[in-house]
Amino acid sequence: MRGGASLLQIVSGSVLAVFARAVTGVRPIWAGSAPNGRQRIYFANHASHGDFILVSTCLTPVERSRTAAVAGADYWDSGRVRRFISRRLLRTVLVERNWVERTADPMQVMIDALGTGQSLIFFPEGTRNMTEEPLLRFRSGLYNLAAARPDVELVPCWIENMSRVLPKGALLPIPLLCRVVFGEPVRLDEGEDRKTFLDRARQALLALAPQRDGDSR
Amino acid sequence: MSDDTTRLFIGLVGVLLTASVIAGVLSWRSPKPLPPTLDNLNARIKAWWIMVAGISFAFLFGTGGVILLFAFVSFAALREYVTLTNTRHADRWTLLGMFLIVNPVQYYLIWIDWYGLYSIFIPVYCFLAMPALTAMRGDTSRFLERVSEQQWGIMLSVYCISHVPALVTLPIPGNEGRGLLLIAFLIATVQGSDVLQYVFGKLFGRHKVAPSISPSKTWEGLIGGIASASLMGAGLYWLTPFSPIEAGVLAVLSCVMGFFGGLVASAIKRDRGVKDWGHMIEGHGGMLDRADSLVFAAPVFFHIVRYAWT
Repeated sequence: MRGGASLLQIVSGSVLAVFARAVTGVRPIWAGSAPNGRQRIYFANHASHGDFILVSTCLTPVERSRTAAVAGADYWDSGRVRRFISRRLLRTVLVERNWVERTADPMQVMIDALGTGQSLIFFPEGTRNMTEEPLLRFRSGLYNLAAARPDVELVPCWIENMSRVLPKGALLPIPLLCRVVFGEPVRLDEGEDRKTFLDRARQALLALAPQRDGDSR
Repeated sequence: MSDDTTRLFIGLVGVLLTASVIAGVLSWRSPKPLPPTLDNLNARIKAWWIMVAGISFAFLFGTGGVILLFAFVSFAALREYVTLTNTRHADRWTLLGMFLIVNPVQYYLIWIDWYGLYSIFIPVYCFLAMPALTAMRGDTSRFLERVSEQQWGIMLSVYCISHVPALVTLPIPGNEGRGLLLIAFLIATVQGSDVLQYVFGKLFGRHKVAPSISPSKTWEGLIGGIASASLMGAGLYWLTPFSPIEAGVLAVLSCVMGFFGGLVASAIKRDRGVKDWGHMIEGHGGMLDRADSLVFAAPVFFHIVRYAWT
């Protein structure tokens, strides 16, 4: 047992990483947040089920084994296959997004997970972005996490191209090159209000997106 | 493995060692951080080592190894190419077919040496089937653009590159069992020409060939590189069934085609606003950045040899 992950989770994490590299040739670009062993929340843009696999592929094996993806319980906890994938094969923290029917406070579930020393992969848009917009408005989750655990680093991760590799509804991935750009950690300032912080975090993530017409690649 | 293979291998390692030592001394004496030219040189030398290691390893497994190696080269090249194109959701099946069906089938046809089919499988059958499949999905937005890009990608990345391993299958009288050396001749000449054009360009480059496409391609580099690489090709005639003069002529032709390949690849990259095709070797370019010249040289070399020697 490393970082609370089961052997099966460690093995399937490595297998997925090999597979993700074979299909996407993914390379991490460390632009201000090289791996340092600190507990982190990786917050990323979200348009594909493959997104968290891509982020975790980029992490060191030790960091990968203690990193869980925050995912919607309404989807990942319904049906035996999905439940097996999300609970046994992968490391996930499942949160209930439905206000009315939920039995556990999602914030508390995530803060508990952080309390056990896990790093999290978190999609602050709250759902997959199916619009033409590069990034949706952030929900308040990221702010609440930052306020509850100021000691945890908030690392913005821009995921490039994954939505073309594995768009919504697709089963087979198309091999295309992907990158994940890890930017400088964002910190909640003293007395900063929710909206200001969320805007700033969103801008920090957007700033990592490549300029299509320049030499940035 | 024959004596010639051993000689070739020792020669290549010798050249690379010399290059590494020179680059190492230059880097050691240069002020830090290293100037971009030197950085680039080090990256290139590293890429050549990887290339020579990969090709030597594949040669150990004979024809099958070389076919598998180039099927992988095609896969990587196609992936880089498609990444830069316009793709829409309706293209999914066509794109998947290119990776999962067209590429393996093309190399399988070369493995079973079915010349009649592998030379028309992509330019005839895939040429017609791919747009038909895309049209069936009904999305007409930028249809012509998408279809043309797919055609180009499959021709450049799969069809053209597959002519490198296809050289093994040519039944040249008196050259039985030496097909792999013919491949080594082509690769060494074309890659050597790339390197020598780069060296001559850096040393003497003044007049740009196509300033709007590539600032690094100069007439001095082009002429010096092709002339020296062709001499080298003539000197490598012992790898081939050719006389020294024939080897030299084929080398000139391959180097000129290789130059055009690099030029076209640069034009595509310029159009798409990128510097490199990908990041295969530590952020120093992708497969197509190294294989672009081979893409253009291989089919022409193949057909001339096939016409004149078989």
